[in-house]
Amino acid sequence: MSGLDSIDRSIIEATQAGLAMTPRPYAEIARSVGIGEADVILRLGRLMQRGVIRRIAIAPNHYALGLTANGMTVWDIEDEVASEVGREVGALPFVTHCYLRPRALPSWPYNLFAMVHGTTRDEVEAKRREIALLAGPACRACDILYSKRILKKTGLRLSANGG
Amino acid sequence: MMARHPMAANIALNDLDRRIVNVLQEGFPLVAAPFAAVAAKIDIPESQLIARLQRMTDTGVVTRFGPFLDAAAMGGAFCLCAVAAPADRFEEIAGIVDGFPQVAHNYEREHALNMWFVLATESPEEIDSTALRIEQATGLAVLRFPKLEEFFIGFRVAA
Repeated sequence: MSGLDSIDRSIIEATQAGLAMTPRPYAEIARSVGIGEADVILRLGRLMQRGVIRRIAIAPNHYALGLTANGMTVWDIEDEVASEVGREVGALPFVTHCYLRPRALPSWPYNLFAMVHGTTRDEVEAKRREIALLAGPACRACDILYSKRILKKTGLRLSANGG
Repeated sequence: MMARHPMAANIALNDLDRRIVNVLQEGFPLVAAPFAAVAAKIDIPESQLIARLQRMTDTGVVTRFGPFLDAAAMGGAFCLCAVAAPADRFEEIAGIVDGFPQVAHNYEREHALNMWFVLATESPEEIDSTALRIEQATGLAVLRFPKLEEFFIGFRVAA
């Protein structure tokens, strides 16, 4: 793995199951890695500055928050304007993730993916219509894939032996 | 570890829980006593914050608490993948796919392509090798949708 020394790696490994819910969670990591608490905090800060760690935070289950309608909207946007449309769609306040991806023709003609959450499907459909208005005639086809169940959610894990 | 969270979890969240979720989605401070710092911000005792967070984690309201890694910044890679699992084999296929440690998350969706999962690996090569192993293990084609461009605005939702 590029640019991570063995201590950085040990720190990340020690956090993979989640931070300890104790008053001094970084001290717990320090104990397991065998360095000082201040060093753990310093190194985590550096890893955040470098972008290796995007943030330290919680991820909530949207469904438990009442956002039970979760639609992956997918769009076939003309290639010439796909980036431009993507930027506009990604800027909509209700779109949580927006990506340009390759099509898988012939079965999958869609190249723009935008995730939309709502408390009801009607709400998600209304948001989908807003996206359709934005995309305009550059959109040749679209679909929406509602999620039924989370089968797994663990996030990125490091293997023990590294890379 | 691989608890399957129901889509319509019936877990009562009070206003305090929602405030905690909103604050902790923004970030967790890098100081020696981070819970005390967050607790002061929302004006509750540290012990209450920890107890509430523990409860929300135990009940599946909070699915992860800790550092979110950027695989690309570490030389690794992410790839969204999809398979069309036949209805009578769906649970079996889900078990096989979830059993791969490279599968970071996996969702059942309403479509002919009914299983969508993200591979997170330490090298770009491992994406292809893992997708091939999943194809061999399931007998299904694994469609790969690597991101070409990200229009990033953040992951936060209002609790």
